[in-house]
Amino acid sequence: MSVEMLQVIRAEGTYDTTLEPSLPESDLKKLYEAMILLRTLDVRALSLQRQGRIGFYIQCIGQEASQIGSAYAFEPNDWLFPSYRDAGVAIVRGLALKTLFCHLMGNSQDVMKGHQMPNHWGYRSINLVSLAAPIGVHIPVAVGVALAAKMRGDRIVTGVYFGDGATSSNDFHAGMNFAGVFHTPTIFFCQNNQYAISLPVSKQTKAQTLASKARAYGFEGVRVDGNDVLAVYKAVKEAVVKARNGGGPTVIEAITYRIGAHSTADDPKRYRVEREVEEWRKRDPIDRFRLYLQRKGIWSEDLEAKVRQQADGIVSDAIREAEKIPPPTLETMFEDVYSEMSWNLKEQLKELLSEQRDVTKR
Amino acid sequence: MTTLTVVQAVNQALREEMKRDDRVVLLGEDIGRNGGVFRATEGLLDEFGPSRVMDTPLAESGIIGTAIGMALYGLVPVPEIQFLDFIYPGFDQIVTNLSKFRYRSGGQYSAHVVIRAPYGGGIKGGHYHSQSTEAYFAHTAGLKVVIPSTPYDTKGLLKAAIRDPDPVIFLEPKKIYRAVKGEVPEDDYVVPIGKSKIVKEGSDVSLFAYGTMLHVALEAAEEAAKRDIDVEVIDIRTLVPLDIDSVISSVQKTGRVLILHEAPKTGGFGAEISALISEKALEYLKAPIIRVAGFDTPFPYTWESIYLPDAFRVMKAIEKIMQY
Repeated sequence: MSVEMLQVIRAEGTYDTTLEPSLPESDLKKLYEAMILLRTLDVRALSLQRQGRIGFYIQCIGQEASQIGSAYAFEPNDWLFPSYRDAGVAIVRGLALKTLFCHLMGNSQDVMKGHQMPNHWGYRSINLVSLAAPIGVHIPVAVGVALAAKMRGDRIVTGVYFGDGATSSNDFHAGMNFAGVFHTPTIFFCQNNQYAISLPVSKQTKAQTLASKARAYGFEGVRVDGNDVLAVYKAVKEAVVKARNGGGPTVIEAITYRIGAHSTADDPKRYRVEREVEEWRKRDPIDRFRLYLQRKGIWSEDLEAKVRQQADGIVSDAIREAEKIPPPTLETMFEDVYSEMSWNLKEQLKELLSEQRDVTKR
Repeated sequence: MTTLTVVQAVNQALREEMKRDDRVVLLGEDIGRNGGVFRATEGLLDEFGPSRVMDTPLAESGIIGTAIGMALYGLVPVPEIQFLDFIYPGFDQIVTNLSKFRYRSGGQYSAHVVIRAPYGGGIKGGHYHSQSTEAYFAHTAGLKVVIPSTPYDTKGLLKAAIRDPDPVIFLEPKKIYRAVKGEVPEDDYVVPIGKSKIVKEGSDVSLFAYGTMLHVALEAAEEAAKRDIDVEVIDIRTLVPLDIDSVISSVQKTGRVLILHEAPKTGGFGAEISALISEKALEYLKAPIIRVAGFDTPFPYTWESIYLPDAFRVMKAIEKIMQY
């Protein structure tokens, strides 16, 4: 069985010109900006959580190439199903970071109205579907959207994001099988970041690769260097074009690493050694892309300073603005259970409001 | 008017809704060429084609998960789960995704799926073709739960469910799929979700039931009438949202309450009805509320007919409540 892995940019920044996707300089800069913005967001959000200014956060540090490169390969009207670790997908789709921070803070401008915990977003306006915490449950849903679009004759593709752990879930199997049988335009984008909380991928499956699982369902699986933004972009782009042209689903396994903890409630020192993390830090996806841009004559100190300053500004402004927004009203807790509020919800809301309790403490 | 069975009423409702609205699609195991194991979808593949009547692989989470995706995209999927007893691989999809899409997205998305499933005992099917687990679904915020008991209501409620903007668990009492026949108009009508029905007026006891048990309730009421006990029989029809006003007004009238379901007693939906009556109409009660239900055992095979409440057992409860 082949365990090949697509790589365009090598560790030292040299690259394979035969594999290099034909992206104009402006796109390469956009990819770089997005990766820096994502890293900046990630670092600041973690710090806010540590300061108690947001309740919880799920980092994606180290997975910037996988997230940005993949999301960039879809068209805006393609429906994406991110997992809770995929803020990069929202960044590529142009989500205003104030909107994102309002969600992380669960305030009155949180589109989810404070109904969901941090990192469990969904923004219909940019075709990012609302997500759930149980692993893998969004996989058949993404297949269903693709199937409906296909039935309607709309040439859209769905992309579903999950990690290595999800490949053991019931719904991974169900979704992959349905996608194969109904030949849906679905991209199964697996970020193999080596851990499902504490469990290493070697204990998750006996399969040699996660991509190889596609074969059993009758379609193609591709392995790609998940810390190489161009390789990820290329692999996903090819799969998206194939799906849009009626070629059916593809699994993409992006080999990457979760540099941070699983979440702010996790301590990875309990299950992995720091040396391993250090090894992967040396394979930083942003550093790798910077070396490439340098070789292409696109990167400069000035560009770096500008991009970082811009990212800091965007994130700081977003946090400052979002922190001004008050919490949602108690009424919103009862909204959106049904299309219309049922009698029991009305009754419970009325009773709650009649208690006149102090709601300044949450 | 034609005389139809319950399962024929299901078929007619699906056919009419599929004609009315091309967004309505069916999916499930053996529903196409085979017409479903109970023949609920008979003839629909030929009439509407394989893209609207889809035979699926054998995976309930795949069926329900895919249906949710189709609904997000604007279709109105009506998946069939072959037996309610087989729904549990898809339970995660129902509880995690279906019931919460609207809430967790702050109203941006809704998953308008109507899950049809035959439920209940009476066909000598053992645990796995007989259970009544409606309470699981009634306990999950975001779902509506509907159970018809007549061909007329089956057609009208299923049409209402298909037109309702919220996800609906539509449970079909399989014991009376063919055993109960009734007049069903050929024209379009709906029976509103959230409304119960007084099937027989009475003044001594309020007897609440749904599904197959509604017929047991009527049989018992007839028996009671011979002993000059006037039983009011109410078909709950919609568990969620419950028609609380009708429940309470009947209790206010009779002051005696019997709740009848074939699901196990402990944690069954009868407990919810009982609790609501205690909260809202305790002062009207002349006797303790009595639940007549399935026993708290797994659904048995040999003694199925004894496990399932029958008119005999309901009559005993009526006597008890009248003697209190």
